[in-house]
Amino acid sequence: MVFALCFVLFLTGLYCILTKKNTVKIIIGLSIMEAGVNLFLVLLGYKNDGVVPIIDRSTDIVHFLAYSVDPLPQALVLTSIVIGLGTIALGIALCMRLYVKYGTFDIAEIRRLKG
Amino acid sequence: MFITEIYLLVLLVFMIIAAIIAVEIKSLISSVISLGAVGVGMSISFLFLAAPDLAIVQIAVEVLLLIFLIRATLGREIVSEKGAVTIPLRLLSIFIVLVILGFGIIAFRNLPEFGKPVFSLVPEAPSNSYIQHGLKETGSANIITAVILDYRGYDTLGEATVLFTSLLGALVILRAKTKKNGTKVINHKETKARGGE
Amino acid sequence: MKGMTIIVKTITRWVKLFIFLFGIYVTLTGHLSPGGGFAGGVILACSFILLTLAYGKEYALSRLSLKTAKSLDSIGALIFLLTALIGMWVTNVFFDNVLQKLFPGTDFMLYSSGFIPLYNIGICLKVGAPLFVTFIVMAAMRIRINDKGEREIIQEEEEE
Repeated sequence: MVFALCFVLFLTGLYCILTKKNTVKIIIGLSIMEAGVNLFLVLLGYKNDGVVPIIDRSTDIVHFLAYSVDPLPQALVLTSIVIGLGTIALGIALCMRLYVKYGTFDIAEIRRLKG
Repeated sequence: MFITEIYLLVLLVFMIIAAIIAVEIKSLISSVISLGAVGVGMSISFLFLAAPDLAIVQIAVEVLLLIFLIRATLGREIVSEKGAVTIPLRLLSIFIVLVILGFGIIAFRNLPEFGKPVFSLVPEAPSNSYIQHGLKETGSANIITAVILDYRGYDTLGEATVLFTSLLGALVILRAKTKKNGTKVINHKETKARGGE
Repeated sequence: MKGMTIIVKTITRWVKLFIFLFGIYVTLTGHLSPGGGFAGGVILACSFILLTLAYGKEYALSRLSLKTAKSLDSIGALIFLLTALIGMWVTNVFFDNVLQKLFPGTDFMLYSSGFIPLYNIGICLKVGAPLFVTFIVMAAMRIRINDKGEREIIQEEEEE
């Protein structure tokens, strides 16, 4: 159920990319898809009654070993979030440059003005 | 059904509603702000999923992303109606999305149940080794830092390369344009006199 | 266009130091508590972006110039790579944490995991500095319509 709803979030972004003709809207759809994928990966590593994979002085080691959530997807998603910021900044730069060239964010207009 | 799952369901419904508003609303600046709601929902979900590292990074990244997007859309937020997709194409897109959703739900039956991850069933999974020996081998109390900087340092190196390349690309794209018949440097006093945009 | 109102400026004067310190704290204790280089770098970039938004571009650039920010970016990458190469030099394994193996510190103390705080500082500079530079370049972009009716970009940044 949680996985299916997470997939619905991903598909909302996909629908945005398929139907919208505004470049900023396409960037927003890309960002929503990325959110869905990141959340899905972290959901896969959760354990019931899970504890944070950070050891403290007062941590009971036996309880920690039995209930710690998976640290591997969290570590990979951590890098993925920051890469997402970089790629979306690149996309926004492209949008601004296209606006300078054509005066619009609409890709249909841009295609018409090209020829 | 555990209480965490109920919280997550509520948060996911909130995020989906925010995403639909972000997709469908006319004004671009409202769309960007709805995207911020999706990011905040992600951050709270990470807190419920026992990932405080991700929650901190997500909230900070979301703030920066919002500032970038608002900078791009400020003053030009009207979506023109000329380029709107026709109704048959929109129905076709919805059909495609629903077909993918159907296949996805069939595929999700093979996934382990929520709350019972694969690594707890497989004793020789690398995650078990990280949890058991992480503190002893690396000295880092935060197992996630131990994974990204010690066990899997190559990933972080590649991440730094990708981030450097993408931000370098953004800088090159936004650089001031040179004229075709030679380079002309425009000083900014002239700009202010003419009133900017 | 020199920044925002007096309310925003006053609040910024109070909170800017705390945001900056929080970024440094998150970076340096990344191996003990939640956080790390990624979060710390983004928070440090946020503190400078707050200065840019509240006081205007010139004030932020007088605190951290574009040239310094670009150098910090390169310094971060070099810290990361050279630290990884020390492991290769000593034990022929790239990314080997030799400091931890030779001089293990006490667990849960600041010095406890060899090179990992150093990696965190490198990543913090590597993430924070280019984000600040990108924001400054984006904020400095102005569009002007020239005599022929074409749009063109004007950068107010001084070329080095």
